[in-house]
Amino acid sequence: MNFDPRYSGRSFSSVGTRPLRPDGVDKVTGRARYGADFNMAGQLVGRVLRSPHAHAIIKKIDTSKAEKLAGVKAVITAKDLPDLTDGDAGMFDTLDNCMARKKALYDGHAVAAVAAIDARTARQALKLIEVDYEVLPHVTDVDEAMQHHAPLINDAIFTEGLEEKPVKPSNVSKRTQYGHGDVHQGFAQADFVVERSFKTEQTHQGYIEPHACVASVNPDGTADLWVCTQGHFVYRQHCAQLLGLEVSKLRVTSSEIGGGFGGKTHVWAEPVALALSRKAGRPVKLVMTRDEVFRASGPTSATSIDVKIGARKDGTITAAEATLRYTCGPYAGMWAEIGAMTAFACYKLENVKTVGYEVLVNRPKTAAYRAPSAPMAAFAVESAVDELAKEIGIDPVEFRIKNAAQEGTRASYGPVYGPIGIGPTLEAVKEHPHMRAPLAQNQGRGMACGFWFNFGGQTCTDLNIGMDGTVSLAVGTVDVGGSRASLSLVAAEELGIDYSQVKAIVADTSSLGYNDMTDGSRGTFSSSMATISAARNAIKVLRERAAQMWDISVDDVAWEKGHAVAKGEKHGNLGKLSLKEIAAQSGKTGGPIAGHSELVADGAGVSFATHICDVEVDPETGSTRVIRYTVVQDAGKAVHPTYVEGQYQGGAAQGIGWALNEEYIYGKDGRLQNPGFLDYRIPVCSDLPMIDTQILEIPNPNHPYGVRGVGETSIVPPLAAIANAVSNAVGVRMSHIPMSPPRILAALEAEREG
Amino acid sequence: MQEADGHYKESLYNGRSDHDHQGETMRYIRPQSIEEAAGLLASAAGPAAILAGGSDLLVRMKGGFIEPELIVDIKAIAGLSEIKETADGFSIGAAVPCAVLGENAALKKAWPGVVEAAKLIGSKQVQGRCTIVGNLCNASPAADSVPALVAAGAKAVVAGPNGRRTIPVEAVPTGPGRTSLAKGEIIEAILLDKRAPNAGDAYQRFIPRTEMDIAVVSAGVNLTLGEAGAIKSARVALGAAAPTVLLVEEAAEVLVGSKLDEATLERLAKICAGACRPIDDKRGTIEFRRKVAGVLAKRVATTAYERAGGK
Repeated sequence: MNFDPRYSGRSFSSVGTRPLRPDGVDKVTGRARYGADFNMAGQLVGRVLRSPHAHAIIKKIDTSKAEKLAGVKAVITAKDLPDLTDGDAGMFDTLDNCMARKKALYDGHAVAAVAAIDARTARQALKLIEVDYEVLPHVTDVDEAMQHHAPLINDAIFTEGLEEKPVKPSNVSKRTQYGHGDVHQGFAQADFVVERSFKTEQTHQGYIEPHACVASVNPDGTADLWVCTQGHFVYRQHCAQLLGLEVSKLRVTSSEIGGGFGGKTHVWAEPVALALSRKAGRPVKLVMTRDEVFRASGPTSATSIDVKIGARKDGTITAAEATLRYTCGPYAGMWAEIGAMTAFACYKLENVKTVGYEVLVNRPKTAAYRAPSAPMAAFAVESAVDELAKEIGIDPVEFRIKNAAQEGTRASYGPVYGPIGIGPTLEAVKEHPHMRAPLAQNQGRGMACGFWFNFGGQTCTDLNIGMDGTVSLAVGTVDVGGSRASLSLVAAEELGIDYSQVKAIVADTSSLGYNDMTDGSRGTFSSSMATISAARNAIKVLRERAAQMWDISVDDVAWEKGHAVAKGEKHGNLGKLSLKEIAAQSGKTGGPIAGHSELVADGAGVSFATHICDVEVDPETGSTRVIRYTVVQDAGKAVHPTYVEGQYQGGAAQGIGWALNEEYIYGKDGRLQNPGFLDYRIPVCSDLPMIDTQILEIPNPNHPYGVRGVGETSIVPPLAAIANAVSNAVGVRMSHIPMSPPRILAALEAEREG
Repeated sequence: MQEADGHYKESLYNGRSDHDHQGETMRYIRPQSIEEAAGLLASAAGPAAILAGGSDLLVRMKGGFIEPELIVDIKAIAGLSEIKETADGFSIGAAVPCAVLGENAALKKAWPGVVEAAKLIGSKQVQGRCTIVGNLCNASPAADSVPALVAAGAKAVVAGPNGRRTIPVEAVPTGPGRTSLAKGEIIEAILLDKRAPNAGDAYQRFIPRTEMDIAVVSAGVNLTLGEAGAIKSARVALGAAAPTVLLVEEAAEVLVGSKLDEATLERLAKICAGACRPIDDKRGTIEFRRKVAGVLAKRVATTAYERAGGK
């Protein structure tokens, strides 16, 4: 295929413009079909029975009464989802999470499910299922779970990554370590050292659309699944493996998606719906309620983090160290490890060490949430960096500029950076008018930096040219943030035609090769690379067809601005042939014209952002309002600037919610107290200021247009930026997120009492 | 009734292929008179519910918390959807949506605190449906309109199988989710007095967000000034500070005779903080609720005083 992904420094005519998104009208008029909008004749309603206990042995499940209820067509338990994972520990955890086998491991853990002719019958059937539980002691707090006397969640888990293999099982599934140099020596050189401990509570992605699917399993072993997901190919793999289906016989179609943010990268309801359909012999629709989404999908980790940073009087950081403890829910994970990798990624450090502990607790299985694990680490580190700057007496922006990583810096997590944007975002912030705007009483300004790796991965696209010269582009990455518009711009750019002539769709799993899911900020990065490659392959065919029409050698045909052009003096009398003209003749010149591409998109450029935020704190109530917010982030190249800005604003909005009010609140009984949007407080519109954005473009050398992923980094700095702003407004350092009014008021009272 | 209709259609559609299903039925009745409504409720064999705006009832039904056997929709009863201005003051029908309170200029002028409380419930959309009587009978300690009504000295007209009675609003809720209403009784209207000159009321709640939230703690104050501009009479009510709304008489006593100077406000805050009997829960701590109850009482009293013409 000989595709060259290197950055070429070309100029653009479509890329960088801001046309309307093709899915916009359908979405605002209600015509767009989301997960729950698919229906089939004879479809049943699926409902899941969930454990009310945080930790309990399932001694017996009696489904006989429910099965006898008129209108009930299938009742399933773990027995109907036998273990086919063949030693794959991660998939076994997924299976056990879909339907508890021996123990219920958290409040909301699925233990049985029914399919019935209507919702009311299904609800009645759930009440008739008798589960005999032996309730066990539970633990939900990250620090408590690490104590030796804590209730043990899985006696087969022994901490990995220790020098000596442990003899006793533990709630810590793994220890990881990153860094280089010698931190002891580094701290010895420091004139100032700040050492602090931080906690963050568990948050949920808060996507507006709950998980929803329709599953239909046929007697011949074929099956269809319509589902709201960030990655239908991945769902196909996982469902096929868990159900024992052949991959090519399970066709998965993704719906429009009402938010995912990492929460729709894992299967929960889908294997259950397929198992119900298989047993009932009819299609089954399964839609989670909001309560179920909170209790039994995948929120992010709660954390406990210690940070120590030392610097010389001149503002040079000499050593940095962090210990990070992240909850994984009741199954092993790698969340603390990601925190340990990202914690100090913004800085050029000679001596750095981070240690991560993966901690099992009786909470739902942790899932990715937009730059997973990075915001909490950044909160701890960037809070400490601000404090250190204050102690040294240096401006916090200057302090960060002085220590910022640059091209050639060895990152704290291992690799050596290429061209990166941390320095430029800091310089842009330093010059930003926001930094000089006046502040009133009880107002404070904070800033903070953030990093995310970004990801590329397996990608496959098809580009088909119709006989009228319009282009259909089939991609396999689910459109969560406007990627159909961006990819149409890329196809138009490469072919040299107008954006309006390209129609992009997300193809189902039987129509296209495997694609990794839309995560890791990879959607536009990887699919644009594959689209460029597919377009170039189509151009090769277009040139061949033009050569045939002209009866000259293809080597003498070039492609310029949407036209085949005959090169050289001998063909000087030939006029240009447009894409449309070539397409019109395709039936006579060799049939349909298409370009295909399959590739692994390597070299996703790392991403950095710096945020500025002003808050006003009511000192009598502890209430905090964000009154101004600015995001500065490197996009590499903004393909569709409006949707890049949307990603910047969205990440900041979610970060503001997380920083101020969002948290999972568990009762002493281990039950979630706030599984709904009334008491799990995501921000409403009026809680947010206009979030100002500034796009920087430091090209990624590993993408033809210089594109970097932009979706995730924007949620990394807000927790710290807001905490720093609160500290500057009212003089209290908040070490516990969310900074809810009761926490801030308590901190203010403690400060007043000295 | 959009929600209930939706469920009905779903059952009907799916029922076509399966006639073997026979669940219990739910009766929905829309009576024309208060007597008929009271009779239906009094004779109901199973759980019965009154439907006005439905902003509590339908949510509870959808969540599976209640499955009423009988729903009595009171919106067709003559007069229940009206705000009447009488010689004695205002009579607000039980089916009047909160948004309509905000559109009534005379009511807004006379009782701005009551109206601002009603206009804080839920969202704009919810305010188009929800009612202050529903808010009262839902008996949530955090109900927004209730402290404002109690401060205003509002009364509830209760119709039932044995005729009508008029009771103070604070006599309706008896605990979270519980009321003093007997089986078959319906609150027909809320009565507010004709406004004296130099009087003002106000309501505020504390929420972590800016809207679409539920009160962590709240305060309503109603003041009448004497000729010299000093407070002649006062009522102070706190919400979400105890199992039911609190009418803090000691706080009113502190206000009477004052011109709301700094010292009076501090004493008011202290008394209100002390009068609270709050709980620690997901929405706030005991300490937080006490402190903020005092802060809100000061702020609300100041607004009410300004509205009464005090300086």
